[in-house]
Amino acid sequence: MSDVKYSKEHEWIKLEGEIATIGITKHATEMLGDIVFTELPEKGSNVQKDGTAGVVESTKAASDVYTPVTGEVVDTNQAIVDDPSKINQDPENTAWFFKLKVKDKSEMDSLMNKEDYDKFAKESSS
Amino acid sequence: MEIKKTSLFKLHQDNNAKFVEFAGYHMPIQYPYGIVEEHKFTRSHSGIFDVSHMGQLFIYGNNDLIMDLEKIFPLNLRDLKINHSKYSFLMNDEAGIYDDLIITKIEKGFLIILNAACKDNDFKILSKLLNNKYRMVLDEKRSLIAIQGPKSVQILNEIISEVKNLNFMSGKWFIYKEEKIYITRSGYTGEDGFEVSISNELAEAFTKELIGKGAKLIGLGARDTLRLEAGLCLYGHELDKDKTPVEANLKWAISKERMQKGNFIGSDIIIKQLNDGVNKIRVGIRPEGRLIAREKTKIFNQSDLQIGEITSGTFGPSVNGPVAMGYVEKEFSKKNTKVFLEVRGKKHPANICGLPFYKKSYVKGVNK
Repeated sequence: MSDVKYSKEHEWIKLEGEIATIGITKHATEMLGDIVFTELPEKGSNVQKDGTAGVVESTKAASDVYTPVTGEVVDTNQAIVDDPSKINQDPENTAWFFKLKVKDKSEMDSLMNKEDYDKFAKESSS
Repeated sequence: MEIKKTSLFKLHQDNNAKFVEFAGYHMPIQYPYGIVEEHKFTRSHSGIFDVSHMGQLFIYGNNDLIMDLEKIFPLNLRDLKINHSKYSFLMNDEAGIYDDLIITKIEKGFLIILNAACKDNDFKILSKLLNNKYRMVLDEKRSLIAIQGPKSVQILNEIISEVKNLNFMSGKWFIYKEEKIYITRSGYTGEDGFEVSISNELAEAFTKELIGKGAKLIGLGARDTLRLEAGLCLYGHELDKDKTPVEANLKWAISKERMQKGNFIGSDIIIKQLNDGVNKIRVGIRPEGRLIAREKTKIFNQSDLQIGEITSGTFGPSVNGPVAMGYVEKEFSKKNTKVFLEVRGKKHPANICGLPFYKKSYVKGVNK
């Protein structure tokens, strides 16, 4: 069974122990187009569930990246800052955005599983 | 109001374009290959742009028309050769810009290419200024198709032989499938290329021929990144009623013969600004790093005082970095002046730079 969950803001989150890895979904990258700029939260900072935790920009526009859960930023992925096109290439794996030490695991419960998210993404783009 | 479709709408659909409403038209913003790929393909090969939403205004008349148009445009139209084009502006009395345009002298008058969002208003203004003395046709029966990039001349010449002999900023009538089409060597990408005025009935067949020879459809998204890298103005962004051609750093487009005596709409202000200078001026801006500064971003000097605003900004795929244009106070307009851009509440360093960001490769004087 997959332990990856999804938010309505098109982030994915994978929980391993206390540490959650967060990125944006393939569907999000398809809507954004070519990503050319990334801004990530600072290591050591605290982010609040549904709050802003970064920015991605395509040639067309800037979009905020939100965090689906509350926690402390313990790591960020410099590779996607140096080469944002990696996000288009491999959004749900190597192009993760940041890792959090999760404050309250129960915040994961309100998020969608893959099946529900795929349905949600399909509906929201039509 | 119903959103209009160009004659290539179905072709865009068949090529899986993403559409956007632009100036009252359904226009393709991008195709599945995406803005960056479309941009690079245009720079390295040949891109096709449907610009049929733009206005094609034919004004018919003889010497009187030339004299009357010289009262409107800051151009030496009496000496303009037939089939030659000039970039110009329709201005108000304060030299504020209603529209920027390309005017070409044709056998029986002039062809003026106008921005889509401005064309109806331009038509009203020009009709009034010319007192309805001349026959004016804002031709909706013709499409306008641009083909841009280094391979365009070869591709187009296979369909219309002899286009390769056109000089930059000149045009000619050619025959395609027994119909007259007007082709100019011009464009809006910083690349060599052509703009083809063709009947709506033939536009799709013609475009398919271009695609068959290796050119690709390109959307408005890449058109914007291409023109921005080339340092070209976009009406509604770099240009509007509150900005003059001198402020827009476009005084090169004002004919020298007209700079002294004036006698065109807005000439008092233009001549004054040419002599006394301007307070604000359009510049190129390179943010440091990868930061993108979009339109309306505030520009500050080293003392944290606002000195201007960005009018267009994006990531330039060929420059491989962020590029922007904007207006700053004259004293901060020198190349390499350090400025700061306020993005998402933080100030980021940037430098004033020359334009274009990407060097043009227009073909000049093939006939010389």
